[in-house]
Amino acid sequence: MLSAEAAGWFLEHAWLIPLIPGVAFAVIILFGHYEVNGKRVLPWSGAEVGIASMTAALVLAVGTTYQWIHHVRGVAEAEPVTKSWTWWQSGGLRFGLGEHIDGLAVMLLLLVTFISTLVQIYSLEYVRGDRRYTHFFASLTLFSAGMLTMVLAENMVQLILGWEIMGLCSFLLIGHWWEEEANSRAALKAFLTVRVGDVGLMVGTAIMFGASGTFTISGLQAWANNPSTGHTVLLWAAIALFVGAIGKSGQFPLHTWLPDAMAGPTPVSSLLHSSTMVVAGVFLVARLYPVFHAGLLINVAGQHFNLIAVIGGITVLIAAGLAFVQNDIKKVLAYSTVSQLGYMMMGLGVGAWVPAVFHIFTHAFFKCCLFLCAGSVAHTGSHHSFDMKKDMGGLAKKMPVTFITWILASAALCGVPLFSGFFSKDEIIDSAGHLHYPVFMIVGLIGAFMTTAYMTRATYLTFFGEPRGAAAHFVHGDHAHDDQHADAHDTHDAHAVEPVHGRPLGFAKTDSAALLTVPLLILGFLAVVAGYINAAPFKIHLFESWIHSSIGVDIPEGPTFEWVKALPSIALVVAGFLVSLALCKQVFGTAASRLKGLTQRNPVLGAGHRFLVNKYYLDDLYEKVIVHGIAHPIAAAAYWTNQHVLDGIVNAVGIGGRKTSNWIYKNVDQRLVDGAVNGSGSVARGTGHALQPVQSGKVSLYGALLFASAAVGALVLVLVNS
Amino acid sequence: MLINEFLLLGAVLFCIGVYGVIARKNAVMVLMSIELILNSVNINLLAFSQLHHNLDGNVFALYIIAVAAAEVGVGLAMVLLIYRNRKSISLDELSEMKG
Repeated sequence: MLSAEAAGWFLEHAWLIPLIPGVAFAVIILFGHYEVNGKRVLPWSGAEVGIASMTAALVLAVGTTYQWIHHVRGVAEAEPVTKSWTWWQSGGLRFGLGEHIDGLAVMLLLLVTFISTLVQIYSLEYVRGDRRYTHFFASLTLFSAGMLTMVLAENMVQLILGWEIMGLCSFLLIGHWWEEEANSRAALKAFLTVRVGDVGLMVGTAIMFGASGTFTISGLQAWANNPSTGHTVLLWAAIALFVGAIGKSGQFPLHTWLPDAMAGPTPVSSLLHSSTMVVAGVFLVARLYPVFHAGLLINVAGQHFNLIAVIGGITVLIAAGLAFVQNDIKKVLAYSTVSQLGYMMMGLGVGAWVPAVFHIFTHAFFKCCLFLCAGSVAHTGSHHSFDMKKDMGGLAKKMPVTFITWILASAALCGVPLFSGFFSKDEIIDSAGHLHYPVFMIVGLIGAFMTTAYMTRATYLTFFGEPRGAAAHFVHGDHAHDDQHADAHDTHDAHAVEPVHGRPLGFAKTDSAALLTVPLLILGFLAVVAGYINAAPFKIHLFESWIHSSIGVDIPEGPTFEWVKALPSIALVVAGFLVSLALCKQVFGTAASRLKGLTQRNPVLGAGHRFLVNKYYLDDLYEKVIVHGIAHPIAAAAYWTNQHVLDGIVNAVGIGGRKTSNWIYKNVDQRLVDGAVNGSGSVARGTGHALQPVQSGKVSLYGALLFASAAVGALVLVLVNS
Repeated sequence: MLINEFLLLGAVLFCIGVYGVIARKNAVMVLMSIELILNSVNINLLAFSQLHHNLDGNVFALYIIAVAAAEVGVGLAMVLLIYRNRKSISLDELSEMKG
């Protein structure tokens, strides 16, 4: 541990960062509606307290980051700055609260405070006039406090504390509009699914405490690195903890809650369910990396595999595939988030710690930006509907700021070279190949292809083509909030009492209000440039040098960057874009296009083109081949099995069970059990009758009996002891 | 230090309290008797605390005083409610719990 002078004021006082929003939460919830002489104490019903606290935390986080960078300069292995106070003590057990500041913690402190601040500003406009406006900001602020507590946790107990606060806030915010049953169901589903994983986290913590006798992060890292620690206990601890990480980070097979969580307001999806809370599982793995690195290394057929990589890889592909078939723009982004979290897990699994953590960093900016764009579209362009096929399309011209930031963030997500996602995602893929995980390199490449394809589809449906539904009213100048249209649309975001729109930016009069677009511009800018602090192609490794000391275990060197190695992924990104665009144009666009003329002039190209892009062929494929050819026989076979085999078994079991129970009823139940029950009943009745006079209802008699029995007891005590 | 006097005082108070609880009809008097019993216990605790030069007894006595205050509060509230319902606080008439 370093002295205060050496480490700097901000590093020593980083514990203030979660404390400020924690206090702000209490202020908002207590004084949000408080009135003195008919005037609100807080004119913005608590929102200003939330934003002020997040800004203060952001300032502290920036100071911490600055001092940490200063702190690690020229030091090979920078020691973390730790502090600990006793929270409570029971017997020999001491539970601490404190801070464990290293590169990883500093990065997330900065990230969470920054994104929370922007999202709260965005929410000012987005939930304006909401019936639970104060509670919304209170929950957002409490969430930030919880996440920050977890990020700088000095020990596992504090980490779990923050983890659970986040889970609670996730539940509260998904179910913010709980009057609709779907929303409250989604909230419950999210809470309970994550809860399944949380049990694993508790068990893992208990295992580690039992084996090592410590809760502290640094103590556990040292314990896992100690060669005398048995592999079996590490394996079980890591599996249990990883179950927790799977639940929180939406990994296969517990990923199902995350898309449902989109029932919450869009700022919530953007803050909790894309950029910050869901990376908590990844953070846990990165935080206790020595435990996972050694513990989950399994040996299959002579080849070493890390279980984390397997789960991550499966998640990448499954989620990316599902993103294609969603019509709800937020669901596309939700599956995309799951898929990107899979990349992070995969990176950690193959040993690419720095790229995986860097992907947390870049992903937060562009995915948050994409969600806020979706919110902006719904808020202004499509009358609170998120259905891309029904209520969007052709919005690019009318909403230039939203469109441009969406494109920038999408490019970053797809890993287009020179955007931030490229520097992190490509590094993960490259490392997988370099560290002898060729399968996962291929998984990563396919994932990149799919990412580009589904993002192209979503972009096309939202911003190009003919405006449909609510978007058509918006684009063609009708008033988008006509009451006659209100019923026709998906209204799951239309809960503002009366939609009041703020003033838009001067150069984009038809776009959303400035409170929505300014955070978009900031995030869009960062989606482009955030990658340049660790840009391997330009030999920039600043991020790595700041954060390297947090790994806690020796891992192999990462690969050196060569453009040749990046070529496959770039080619796949381009291919994904082109294929998807072509498909979209045919499937969703109008009939007349330049491509059509070209294909008519060239019959060979035309045939191939028609085969590739004609949506009816695809529909035929889905409908006739896949559904009829595969799914129907399976369904029929399943039905037959159900009717004949399973029913037979069930019936046989039922008949057998009935006969057995009849026999038991006659012999055991009637004679033996009933006899005993009746006997004890009559004994109790007799005793009751005998004791009835005592129950006189007279208090003084009860008192006399009490004292008499106490006296008898005392007498017995004296006799026994003497 | 002579502890006998203290214990004797405690015993006398205790007996008076028990007599009050059993013999009195008035609910308020019964509550007062219960206070006497509790305080006789307090005297015992304090006496032994002095004898052993140990603070545990003092702590217990303070604890008992606090709990007794709460208990009397609840008891008086009950007496008040009984009075409101029956215009009487005579315990003889309260026999709803007769089995």
